[in-house]
Amino acid sequence: MDVKEVLLPGVGLRYEFEIREGDRIGVIAQRMGDFEVVIYSREDPDEARPVFRLTEEEAEALAQILGAPRIAERFADLTREVPGLNAGQVGIRPDSPFVDRPLGDTRARTQTGASIVAIVRDDEVLASPGPAELLRRGDVLVVIGTEEGIAGVEHIVDRGHLAGPPAGGHVAGPPAGGDVPGPPAGG
Amino acid sequence: MQVSATLLLELGVIFAVLTALGSAARRFALSPIPLYLVAGLALGEGGIVPIPAAGEFVISSASIGVVLLLLTLGLEFSMSEFASSLRRHLPSAWVDVVLNAGPGAIAGWLLGLDVVGVLAMAGITYISSSGVIARLLNDLRRLGNRETPAVLSILVLEDFAMAAYLPLLAVLAAGGSWLRAFVGMSIAIAALAVAFTASYRWGHHVGRLVGHPDSEQLLLRILGLTLIVAALAEFVHASAAVGAFLVGLTLTGDTADRARKVLGPLRDLFAAIFFLAIGFTVDPRELIPMLPAALALAVVTAVTKVATGMYAARREGVARRGQLRAGTALIARGEFSLVIIGLVGQTIDAVESVATTYVLILAIVGPVLTRFVGAPPRVPAR
Repeated sequence: MDVKEVLLPGVGLRYEFEIREGDRIGVIAQRMGDFEVVIYSREDPDEARPVFRLTEEEAEALAQILGAPRIAERFADLTREVPGLNAGQVGIRPDSPFVDRPLGDTRARTQTGASIVAIVRDDEVLASPGPAELLRRGDVLVVIGTEEGIAGVEHIVDRGHLAGPPAGGHVAGPPAGGDVPGPPAGG
Repeated sequence: MQVSATLLLELGVIFAVLTALGSAARRFALSPIPLYLVAGLALGEGGIVPIPAAGEFVISSASIGVVLLLLTLGLEFSMSEFASSLRRHLPSAWVDVVLNAGPGAIAGWLLGLDVVGVLAMAGITYISSSGVIARLLNDLRRLGNRETPAVLSILVLEDFAMAAYLPLLAVLAAGGSWLRAFVGMSIAIAALAVAFTASYRWGHHVGRLVGHPDSEQLLLRILGLTLIVAALAEFVHASAAVGAFLVGLTLTGDTADRARKVLGPLRDLFAAIFFLAIGFTVDPRELIPMLPAALALAVVTAVTKVATGMYAARREGVARRGQLRAGTALIARGEFSLVIIGLVGQTIDAVESVATTYVLILAIVGPVLTRFVGAPPRVPAR
């Protein structure tokens, strides 16, 4: 899609694009983080009609609503075709023992059989992350696996180890306590 | 430490009055600056409510207000925006200078002022208030309009021109010769170039030097640096305001963003005191005889600003109504005209009384006209 960018000196940037219905939409990104969405009337293309204004926080929420589910949706399409396969999202909480540690340290696939196929960081998606990829606070892992597998991954990133005997039965590897020295959440 | 109850009380009452005036102005999407000026007139010399204890504080805070106004202006400045404004609107900038500095200079000459007075009047009528106008466009929700980039480009170029103009005027006003004035201006321009190179090549180092994760540390470091540089600039007669502007230019990126955030409220406070102080030093009785001159000048330069805005907007391919919107938006004069008055007001009384009235008129009329000219026709909701 063709998005035009106009510099607003001292204020920020304006993005403009035409939507399929024929209206021209403008988004003003102010330096201080506020956003304004306007629409250009067809009679007078010079004049913008204000639609709504958003604070930085509100804009972020809107962006997530518009953007993030599409990522999960795409995986949902994939998983619908394979019975028993699910896609889930697992957030890295600030107190997770894996903050600023490589993805490989979680040994998630070895322990649960579920794969981490993408990391959503801010508004970026890292597809097929390698084991050396450092995890950050606030990252969201897109996980594909069985339902138990996904729950297992969630438990690992929250607590640092897998809880008790796995319910799924197909989890390989020794109990995680030995090589993942995270104390139970709290530190 | 002795606490002066009268000082605290007077300041408290002043701030309470200012906030009442400010919120009244905001209700009508107007700038509070003219009301602050009026409040200053009522308080100061020959005013109705004398403030013996707080007067000194107001006067000394005013100079900090000027420094902070210019510092934040420098922080707002970005090289890429300046370059793109220059590319697109250099002809508009010349039209702006000729049409708007001209009437001021002629008025100064007609009033029988000396060279410094003429130069000051030219600057006062030339410079639109970027603070008032940027805020106004936001309040009127016109940031998305097609003419807005033209208006903002003109403001950026005007603000930049001030960096060369202020030192020239400052030296001349201090009684220096033309030679010294040009030396002062050259120093300022050289410093500007150095500041640019510094911000371009080593901006992140400067940023690292003053940057600190703690807001309090950041605030103190930036204020310390700015006040020292401002004092040095004042010492070489290049005007403290220009020194502060240079510091603002040198800081870029993340440090500049955070600096804007921590300095914002402080700037608002001290700038309000500065506007108050301008009114404070003027005797309202001196304004009355100068009213016709100020009014005539206001009418002429309002028209010339409209012409400037229309010219600039036409370059962006904007239609008639948008051109008018751009023109009226530029009418408002404000903080910079007052900075100039502050610079020469002490020595040339005529400038002070004409120009204060002039700014008072246009700071009120500008936003009102902007609001009603080219407002969207009432269309029934779709």
